[in-house]
Parts: sequence; C-alpha cells; structure tokens
Amino acid sequence: MTAVAVKGLRVDLSGRGVDVVDCVDFTIDAGEVLGLVGESGSGKTTVGVTLLGDARRGAAIVGGSVVVDGQEVVGLRPDRLAKLRGSTVAYVPQDPSMALNPALRLRRQLDELFEFHRPELPDAARDERIRTTLREVGLGSGDQEEDDAFLARFPHQLSGGQQQRVTLAMAFVLRPRVIVLDEPTTGLDVTTQARVLSTVRDLCATHRVAALYVTHDMAVVSNLAHRILVMYAGRIVEAGTSAQIFDAATHPYTRALLAAVPLVSQRRELTAIPGDTPLPGSRPSGCAFHPRCPDAVAECATTTPDPVQVSPGHVVRCLRATRLGPARTAPRAVEPRAVRQNDVVLRVADLDAFHGRRQVLHDVSLALAARECLALVGESGCGKTTLARSIIGLHHRHSGGITFRGGEMATRARDRPPELRRAVQYVFQSPYNSLNPRRSIGEILREPLAVLSPVPAGKGRAGRTRAAVSEVLERVSLSPTVAARYPDQLSGGERQRVAIARALVCRPEVLICDEVTSALDVSVQASIVRLLRRLQDEEGLALLFVTHNLALVRTVADRVIAMRAGRLVEGGPVDDVLDHPGDPFTRALIAATPEFGAAPPGVPSAPTSREDRT
Amino acid sequence: MTLDRRPSSATGRLWLLRRVVFGMAVVLLGSVLVFAATQVLPGDPARAVLGHEATPERVAALRTELGLDRPLVAQYLAWLGGVLTGEPGHSLVTREPVGGLIGDRAVNSAVLVLVSAAVVVPLSVFVGAVAGRRRDRPFDRAVLVVTLGLTALPEFIIALLLVILLSTSVFPLLPGTVLLAPGQNPFGEPAQLVLPVTALVLGVLPYLARLVRGSVIDVYESEYVRTARLKGVPENVVLRRHVLRNALVPAVQGTALALAYLTGGVVVVEQVFNYPGLGSALVDAVNNRDFPVIQLICLVFAACYVAFNLLGDAMTVYVTPRLRTAGR
Repeated sequence: MTAVAVKGLRVDLSGRGVDVVDCVDFTIDAGEVLGLVGESGSGKTTVGVTLLGDARRGAAIVGGSVVVDGQEVVGLRPDRLAKLRGSTVAYVPQDPSMALNPALRLRRQLDELFEFHRPELPDAARDERIRTTLREVGLGSGDQEEDDAFLARFPHQLSGGQQQRVTLAMAFVLRPRVIVLDEPTTGLDVTTQARVLSTVRDLCATHRVAALYVTHDMAVVSNLAHRILVMYAGRIVEAGTSAQIFDAATHPYTRALLAAVPLVSQRRELTAIPGDTPLPGSRPSGCAFHPRCPDAVAECATTTPDPVQVSPGHVVRCLRATRLGPARTAPRAVEPRAVRQNDVVLRVADLDAFHGRRQVLHDVSLALAARECLALVGESGCGKTTLARSIIGLHHRHSGGITFRGGEMATRARDRPPELRRAVQYVFQSPYNSLNPRRSIGEILREPLAVLSPVPAGKGRAGRTRAAVSEVLERVSLSPTVAARYPDQLSGGERQRVAIARALVCRPEVLICDEVTSALDVSVQASIVRLLRRLQDEEGLALLFVTHNLALVRTVADRVIAMRAGRLVEGGPVDDVLDHPGDPFTRALIAATPEFGAAPPGVPSAPTSREDRT
Repeated sequence: MTLDRRPSSATGRLWLLRRVVFGMAVVLLGSVLVFAATQVLPGDPARAVLGHEATPERVAALRTELGLDRPLVAQYLAWLGGVLTGEPGHSLVTREPVGGLIGDRAVNSAVLVLVSAAVVVPLSVFVGAVAGRRRDRPFDRAVLVVTLGLTALPEFIIALLLVILLSTSVFPLLPGTVLLAPGQNPFGEPAQLVLPVTALVLGVLPYLARLVRGSVIDVYESEYVRTARLKGVPENVVLRRHVLRNALVPAVQGTALALAYLTGGVVVVEQVFNYPGLGSALVDAVNNRDFPVIQLICLVFAACYVAFNLLGDAMTVYVTPRLRTAGR
C-alpha cells in the first residue's frame, strides 16, 4: 500500500524563480524504509520536510504534489496541516540537542502531541502509550516510578543518544503512517548510532510505518533502507533497490559517494569528489554533475539528462547510463605502510587526568613515532579528547609525564617554549567554531607564523610572510586567493583545510587531529583523509588521530589504541586489531560500525589525481 | 549515564548566600563613594546652615557640634554606624531625623517605580512578542520606528511634552503637578500619578520591548520551535509555550536593569512633576548642602540597584532549567 506519493515536486527560493529541488518523483509503501542520500546542499532535507508540508524560511513549494496517506499536503490550510503533522506524518530532527525545548520537561514535550492530536484520550491511556513508546526506543525501564522520574527531566540532563531516542519517541508515540528522519545519527558515536538504527528498523517493521531516511552517508542506510534515492543539485540522479544501488551503482555520482565511504573490513583508498555541491542559482547547465564527473563527455554540459531505466525499478538520470554499465574496476585496496617504530617523538607515560575531583584518565601510556599515524578510538565521553588536550597543554589537571623527543613538556601550553608549541599542533573537531569569523583566512594563517616562527625582520618580510601563507594553502590543496576570504565564505571542507593549514603553517612535527571529520560529509571526509595521508608521506608528520569511527581508522592509521572509560583496553597495528580484536569492547565497536556489501562497486579513478592537483 | 535528579537545594542556597554577601559588599563600597562624593561637594555645611552673615566663631562651634572637625575616617565610621543602627543623623536644615524625613518620600517613590514597572513589563512583553512574531510586517516596523524615536528623547523632554500635551496647552485633562501632603497616600488621587508613570513607562518601554522582540525572533529561528511546529502544535501555543518561555530569560535580566534604571529615573521625573519622592528630596538636599540627607538617599538608590540585579540573577536561574540544575 502506498503511504507517500510525491510527483513533480518543485521547491523555489521565494520570489527568485530559482529552484532548490525540481522534478522529484517517488513513492514509499507502508513498512518500507526509503533512503535519501546526497551531500550537503543537494536538497535532500528540503525534500524530506515537504512531506510535512514545510519549507524553510525563504523557500516555498511551488509545484507538484505530495500525497501522504491519501491526503494532498501541498497547499493545505495551516490548521489542517497542523492536524496532519505529528499524527499522520512525523519528523525526527538532525540535532536532538537543539531540537528539544530546553525549558520544558520531557513529559510535556511528549504529552503535547496527545494534547493537540488525541485530546479525547484519557490520561491513563496516554501515560500507558508514552511508557510503551519509551520502552520501544530503549529508554523505558518497565518501572513506573523510574519512568516518571525520567520524564520529569529536562533535555540537558540527557546524553546525546538519549536525546535522540526522545525525539524518536516523539515521532512514534502517535503511531504515524509516515516518518521523516533527517540525519538523526550525525552527532552520535557508532555504538549509539547502531542502537538508534536498529530501533528505527524495528519500529518501522512493527508498526508498518513508511520512513524516509535522509543522510549523506551511504553506509548508514545500507542495512536499513529497502530502496535508495541519490540526490544531487536538487534532482534525483539514481533510484533503485538497496541491492541495485550497492551492487550495480550506475550514476558516476553514486559511485563516487560509495567510494568515499571508509570500510572497517577492508583498507581501501578513499576517493574524494572534487569541488563542491553547486548552490541553487549557480548550478551548471546540462547535467549539474558534469564539472565533477570523471566520465563526462562534451554533451553532458549542454543536454539535461532524462531518467533512464537500466533495469526494473532502477532509474538513472545520466546520458551515459546505458554505456557506463555497472561496476567496472575493483576497489583499490591499499597495503599498510611500513613505519619505523624506533623514532619516537611523543611519549605519554602513566597519565592520570581529572575533571574536578572526577578521574577521567587512568594510567594512560602511548608512544608516537615520526611518520606514524596512531589512531585513538573510543565512544564519546571515554576521555579521548581529554587525552588530546592534555598533550597539547589545554587540559592541565593531570599527573604523569608527557615528553617530546625525550624532553618533559610543561602541563600548560603557555608555559611551553615557542619551539615546543610549534612542534606539536592541534586541529579541532568543528571547523565551524574553530576559525575566528571576523578574520580573513590570511590573518588566521599569519598569526601562528608571527608567534611561533617569526619571519626575520628586514626587507621583503611582508612578501616572505605572504609567500608562506600561499605555500601552506597550496599544501592543503586550496587556492592562494582563499587568503583574502572570510571563514563564512568557505564550505565545511574548505574550512577544515584552513584549520589544518593553520596547524601546518609553522611546520610542526606532530599533528593532533581531534575528530576532524565528524562534522563533515562523507565525501568531504574522504578528501580530508587523503590530504592528511599525503602530508604524512611528503612531510613526515606524526599524526595522533582521535576518532570514534573504526572504519576511518582502518583507512588512515598505522597503529590503533582503543580507549574505554579512561583506560586503554587494546592496542596494536591496525590490521591485527581490527581483524582479530582481543577485547570485547573493540569487538563491539567493530560490530557497530555500519558496513555494506562485500562487492563494492567500481571506483572512478580520475578525480583522485585531479583533487590532488587543485 | 547516571544523573542525580533530586535538586540539592543546599548548593542553590550557598550560591544565593554568596551573591547576597557580594551584594552587601558592593553597597558598602557604594557608601564609601557616596561619603567621599559629599566631601568634595563645594561649600561648607556649617556655613550653608548659618548663612553668609555668621561669625567664624559660630561656624566653628557648629562644626564641632556636627563633628565636622574630626578626621574623615572617624566621620565615615560614625555615619556608617549610625546608618546601621537606624540613627542616620539629623537633617542640617530642618534638624529632623533623616530617617523620618525621607521615610514618606521613599514610600512615594516606591509607589511610582512599582506602578511604572507593573505597567511597563507586561506592556513590553506584549509589544515585543507581537512585533517579534510579525517580524518585518507593518506592526513590527511601526514598533521599531516609535521605540527608536522614544529612545532618542531624554526623560525630562518626554515628561515636559506630556505636560504640554495632556495638562496645559493642548488637552488640559490631567494635573501637571502632584500635590501630596506628607504622609498622604499617593493612591488617594490616582489621576495625579498618570503623567509621572507615563513618563517613566515611555522611558523604559523602548529598551525592554526591543529586547523582548530580539529574543523572541532568536527563539523563533531555533530548531526546537521548528520541531514544535512539525509536531503540529498550533501557532498560538508555539508562541506561548515554546517561544516566550525561552525568550523571557533575557527579558528577566532586562527587567532587573530597567527597574534599577527607573529608580534612577525618578530623580528627573519627580522634579518635573514636583512629586514628593526621594528624587526631588535629593535635588533639594543637594541645593541645601544637606549632607546627611544626600548620603542616605544615595545609599538607598545604591542598595536598590544591587537588590534589583540580585533579584534578576536569581530569577534567571529560576527560569532556566539548565542553570537551576547545574552542578547537581
């Protein structure tokens, strides 16, 4: 039975005649999970919220039809729409920490759904339904008193995973026919993500809910979605069953997205997609993907492709769909690099660290050799960021030794000599917060240069500084003209490159990367990972790579140490640890990492070299 | 993840106690400044009392009687001790106890400030919330223009314009001055209060209404308001339950500042309307070099500022769950 039918949907930026999405057609059956995949800016969230009759500020649904559970949503009166939202079609937001009202207790936020959609339901029945739903999303305890205490909490008293479960409970409590999930696991670590995904899968199956799952990460939907839509620049470029997409991806963009995903089972060369997603209003003519496409021919720039059916149920919007054929080349597996272990640059010995009176790190020791990439993995809250901050000198409540090339480092960064501060640099998690928005990229890059490795005074000093800035921008594959711009004029990936450039500009020996890709799209993550690998090979950097993503560890790291609740539980060469995990915690982490088919599709090779040259 | 959900009120009480102690320290510091400021005022109080004809001997005798020949520190401590024991000295002019002299006037001023606050706070929240909800529509634009204009006018100009408009030249409807006998209830003739209250309200409304409008707009842009709409919560409930509750947090701070500002604003407005409150008493006392009165009134104002800010902070913590449950 069809629960959702979207036909010819078009959303415009108000009053500008510029489409955000257009020509979108799809259906979802009851009980079916449809994955909607694309990079940031592809219009996937815009499509998602149209199922609720919503468009973000400054945009409007201008054409097509969206039928949800037999009712046309486009052009519906606001009061009728309010009746539909929450009861017939529900929404699970991306960032639960922002999406729950900080001033209202959880009970109120769940209860108000009944208040406006089922006012006739008596209190006892509401209560029963709420507690059942809590149990279904893994929050209920079965004990009424404990549930009541939980419901009396405010959102900030919950962990990120619990908050996301509350938003799931809000979406499922009225048993809607349709549910839209907007990247609900983006901020979560892999174990929590795995639990949330299996909850979604079970709920959709149990209650026959039709789900639209919006994400940028192919791996997330691989075990969840029955069918997948791939979206680019506001158009659906490929649609098919999960098997068709994962085993026989045809559109070059789909192939590129698949090739960007790191796998935990296999060390593979990640392929980035060169360039950025074009924004509405500045999309290329013809096929919007042609400037980034490795298979593009002259015709692609002029002719807008129509959907082509390549096999039953498998539709591709590409001029060369029938000629490209499915998977051509085997995925490029990579051999582990040989690293000499004897040249230790950074050593941490028996470190105990504290937050207030609480001990967060227990007896942590590690050694990092030159040219080596050491991955530090663990769930959020395990203390891995505290360890990284202790090493760089930002967290100083610790005891134990941190030495650089045999010399003890002061606990506070400000007590360290400039030479030491230059040698060990740090890249923060979110490039959206770590760059000063009021300074140009050039100013941001000149500052560490002035403080840590001053250019000698004299004639041509300004010129030499400028040259150093241009050079570091080239090292991170950015154009020197970026120096004149400000952070908000750059995309997330470009910003993270600037953050890396800021760390690199004074030629450090050790780079600490704290979850540097977790705020980025998978395709952008691939390009950052490639960049870090190249810098390591070319400049001999030692990397301490802090992450919760084991698949990334396989691709990036030479050695890995796993941390749980402030203690190291396992360590060794990446392939040994991931193929034969000894500790149950490491095994659980590996099992939780999303993974797709054993036969990944072809990897286009052209973008690789292009990306590195830009 | 384990959380202690029982609010440990001991932490809260400790916080409040610390804030109260700090507040008292600030008032004490204020008393030093007030005392120092009265010392540098030109003119000798003894001479001011006795007039220009007085002989130097009589002036010296009065100085001794008033204790003005003692070291400054001793004078300050004697004064502070007097204030703390409820004996803040006698007026130099009327020779009455200062406490009794300004008691009535403090009540009159408090009435003026509280009535103004009772009008301006709900009015600002209403105007700000409606403007914020109808952002960029005609009502919002009108509010922005009018409040900007009012901000540009000093209070005494607003007060004088009100007198001209409603009391004297244009529509002589309301009394332009306030006549209150000492000890008379200011509510006895409510018509007399209208113009002073209006002047104070118009002085504070622009600031507070714009503050509420700004925070309402911020909250409307938030993800949780979007979530509430996508849950099918009706628009008026979105405003009442989801927006205002969060938007009022900055407004609480703003209200505390506005109350403190009103307390200072009464000086000018009382003078214009000849209202027998603390403000006009202060102006008279400064003219007469009546130091004990000046000192006590200034100290009362300082204490009000500290008290309103303390109240604002405590209210902010109370209405913000994240702060209320912090560190628990």
